[in-house]
Amino acid sequence: MSYFRAENLSLRFGGLKAVDAVSFAVEKGEILSIIGPNGAGKSSIFNLISRIYRPTSGRIFFEDQDITEEPPYDIARLGIARTFQNIELFENATVLSNLLVGRHRHSTTQLWQELLFLPSVRANEKVHRRRVEQVIEFLDLEAYRDKPISGLPYGVRKVIELARALCSEPKLILLDEPSSGLNVEETDDMSFWIRDMRRELGVTVLMVEHDMSLVNRVSDRVIALNYGRVLAMGSPAEVQQHPDVVAAYLGA
Amino acid sequence: MRFLFKTDYEDDIRLFPHSGYVVSYGSLFAVLLVAPYVLSSYLMSQLVFVCIYATVGVALLILTGFTGQASLGHAAFLAIGAYTAVYLQQFNVPFPVYFLAAGLLTGVIGALVGFPALRLQGIYLVIATISFAFIVEEILARWESVTNGNEGMRVKALSLFGTAVSRDSPAFYFLCLAVLVLTIVGTLNLLRSPTGRAFVAIRDSETAARSMGVNVALYKVKSFAISAAITGFAGVLFAHKLSFISPEMFTLQLSIEFIIVILIGGTFSLHGAVLGAIFIVMIDPFLTYLKDDMPGIIAGVAATLGAGKERAAHIQDGIAAFASLNGLKGAIYGVIIVLFVLFEPLGLYGRWLKIKLFFQLFPLYKRATFKRQKIYVKSERNR
Ligand SMILES: Nc1ncnc2c1ncn2[C@@H]1O[C@H](COP(=O)(O)OP(=O)(O)OP(=O)(O)O)[C@@H](O)[C@H]1O
Ligand SMILES: [Mg+2]
Repeated sequence: MSYFRAENLSLRFGGLKAVDAVSFAVEKGEILSIIGPNGAGKSSIFNLISRIYRPTSGRIFFEDQDITEEPPYDIARLGIARTFQNIELFENATVLSNLLVGRHRHSTTQLWQELLFLPSVRANEKVHRRRVEQVIEFLDLEAYRDKPISGLPYGVRKVIELARALCSEPKLILLDEPSSGLNVEETDDMSFWIRDMRRELGVTVLMVEHDMSLVNRVSDRVIALNYGRVLAMGSPAEVQQHPDVVAAYLGA
Repeated sequence: MRFLFKTDYEDDIRLFPHSGYVVSYGSLFAVLLVAPYVLSSYLMSQLVFVCIYATVGVALLILTGFTGQASLGHAAFLAIGAYTAVYLQQFNVPFPVYFLAAGLLTGVIGALVGFPALRLQGIYLVIATISFAFIVEEILARWESVTNGNEGMRVKALSLFGTAVSRDSPAFYFLCLAVLVLTIVGTLNLLRSPTGRAFVAIRDSETAARSMGVNVALYKVKSFAISAAITGFAGVLFAHKLSFISPEMFTLQLSIEFIIVILIGGTFSLHGAVLGAIFIVMIDPFLTYLKDDMPGIIAGVAATLGAGKERAAHIQDGIAAFASLNGLKGAIYGVIIVLFVLFEPLGLYGRWLKIKLFFQLFPLYKRATFKRQKIYVKSERNR
């Protein structure tokens, strides 16, 4: 059995088939990239996995459990974290509080305990903060730690989103265009982090990406998508030479 | 300037980040403790109202400022707290019991209001909470067997541990102050725990909050319940202070006053709720002063500046007529709301922070320090 599996996933918006009978599997510890032209349905697949959208048909399995009907907040609890193509940070909070929200799935304290800030809450907080501090160090975010998000540059926000996802100690992480809007250096950093994430933290990565050099550097396998359908699947080189993929990118 | 070196996670968790806070809050507290033995009874009365309004302000701040759910129905929560207390008084229930019962019942009703509110946002939520408040007002007026209808209810004097506590006594003021302080401490505790952060996350991006594992519906209901419960507690004190309650005391105007409390104070800060409460409570004496003394003073000034006797009297009449215009208070509220929303969205507390920073950085302060960068990336697609 695969670690993560999508079976015959479909999503329709009225007459538009955003995702059309897509099936794929992700192995544990793998880095799998999804590529495809604009509007191919890549983000829609992520939104199906994180249950922002409900699939028209098809099923999703994670660690042999059917998660198609799970409520959205339980997806994170199962160990699937994500970033967003358009950055969804908590604008009016500091970087530190943003990252601490990432710890939410590990919080065990009750409301009344928190109102009194009992020693158990304090102890939990320290654990959360230690973990967050490790992620801050891992992604070099020390300089921004106490700054509010509003006012931070785009590139930094991208990294903070990644950090927030990592703070939840995910088993599987979904990255929607991690390098969009980053300059060459920042993209380099991103490629190192993605590989370190797998090596040091044991995270499995599913990534949507337009930057082919980044895709080639980090991915084990690639899936190419167009008009919601899978065109090709295989090693980065295989997929990029596939005639259908070439045609799709040339707009034929 | 002060530089903080953090060496422990405690440094981020602590309520008072450094010794300066202990000194300033300590002295404020000392002033508040001696206040009843120094201030006139009228000002003491106003101070009690400041405590009650600030408590409601903090409650509203939790719901609106931190969770991002607007409410124009808090007068109704205040009413439910007040009426529960007075109703239970008839059966000789002791104060601690009816105080807790009023808070709990209001909290439960708050949660019930929270459920239908889950599907509503922005202006629709405002309309829904207004409707809720109207329904409550109507029930209070009609359910005569319990609420005595429009006749209103007399509130028996508070008795605590067998001794009567007059509503003008220092003891009553200390009770209100204690409730306010406990509310603030509880809220600060919440803000440094997962629940408070979940509230803020919901305010800024429900989508992201959800994908981080926050059960958005549950936390919204929690926020409604907490906010309502605190307002219910304040309602009990409100009833005691007024010694008489009737439905027309808990109208939309009162809910608007609560909104103004947090709007003027600053929608993100607890300090703001207190500043806003001081403002809203003091505007009444200020208007009275305007009505009674201002015309005479200005006429006097005009006279010394060489205006004729007739002219001075004319000015005096004009100002007196203006100051006693009906609806002047409402108009002032309206102007205040508009001005604050336009020019000082962070409220009085935001203004204070700017002034403080100006002196800390002097002479290096830059005018653009607080200018927000505009970044248009947020997607409206997955709301
Ligand atoms: N909420 C929605 N309502 C209607 N149509 C939608 C919605 N979300 C996405 N679509 C459409 O579904 C299709 C797939 O969109 P999706 O965002 O998944 O593309 P994508 O592959 O991520 O593209 P990009 O590279 O531009 O991010 C597009 O045609 C898009 O217009
Ligand atoms: Mg996309």
